[in-house]
Amino acid sequence: MGVENKVSAEELPGRVIPAGNGANIVVTTLDKVINWGRSNSLWPLYFGTSCCAIEMMQTGAARHDWSRFGFEVARPSPRQADLIIIAGTITNKMAPVLRRLYDQMAEPKYVLAMGACAISGGPFFYNSYSVIKGADHVIPVDVYVPGCPPRPEALLDGMLLLQDKIRKENRLAKVNPIDGFDEGEI
Amino acid sequence: MTNQEIQNIVSGWSENLEFTEEGSQFLNVTLPKEELHSICEKLKETPELDFDYLFCVTGMDWGKELGVIYHLESIDKKHNIVVKVKNDDRENPTLDTVCDIWSTAEFHEMEVYDFFGIKFNNHPNLKRLFLTPDWDGYPLRKDYVDEANMVIK
Repeated sequence: MGVENKVSAEELPGRVIPAGNGANIVVTTLDKVINWGRSNSLWPLYFGTSCCAIEMMQTGAARHDWSRFGFEVARPSPRQADLIIIAGTITNKMAPVLRRLYDQMAEPKYVLAMGACAISGGPFFYNSYSVIKGADHVIPVDVYVPGCPPRPEALLDGMLLLQDKIRKENRLAKVNPIDGFDEGEI
Repeated sequence: MTNQEIQNIVSGWSENLEFTEEGSQFLNVTLPKEELHSICEKLKETPELDFDYLFCVTGMDWGKELGVIYHLESIDKKHNIVVKVKNDDRENPTLDTVCDIWSTAEFHEMEVYDFFGIKFNNHPNLKRLFLTPDWDGYPLRKDYVDEANMVIK
């Protein structure tokens, strides 16, 4: 959807069904079904390294309740998770662990950087010998949620943005985000 | 016991002590490093003072000197004192350990050694605590440089 039809309806008999990204109807319909399924049952990995994790817990708890959007099955194991919410500071010591957790997750996998520390190092950007200046130095990030820490509404908005992104995915054109990441191509 | 009464007792032990309460809720005493161990021992052993609880050890880089700050409390008598000791040798700073007086100092002094490079004489197990054993330099010193990881402002 959202792609302009180059042929107008008058030139062709019957009803024109818009096929996004130049793929055929079967593939895009299948895309839609798969994306619908994926985007509505994202299983997040528990990954809280500092105070953002408190807001993440609050987002999962009764008042904000992320299970309304299909996030309720938070997993303690990366093998069973689709989404990693980086909730907190990533230090030089933690970076290899984060990378290993990401590598252990099954495809397709998504990353949400929550809060100033995960985006850029935040308050530890200057004069810190131990903090990574943004989680995207370690793994590719899909959605950034600013705040210090972000309120649960902001995190939910970021997660809904990720769902939107997944719904627009195209099976044929999709690339693994880690491909070329270590070589600095992204 | 009030801060003034503590000061009256402690000031009789040595002539090289400086007392201040400025900008602090505690009585602060700065002492020369040679007298650190003997004064700390007296602070604990004197029955009226009875500083039996060392609740905080802080490494400090004042820019010129390196030093350590000890926060002491008496659990029974509910009074506090802060002991500061400075060392202006930045190449090879050494202080006497107080872990034979308060054994909690053992780990605190390992941490101070880890981040400030202050060596404690007679410490039973002085080694890197949080950083890797092969770490180069002492990262909480003001003049620490790490061009790969640090953005200086």
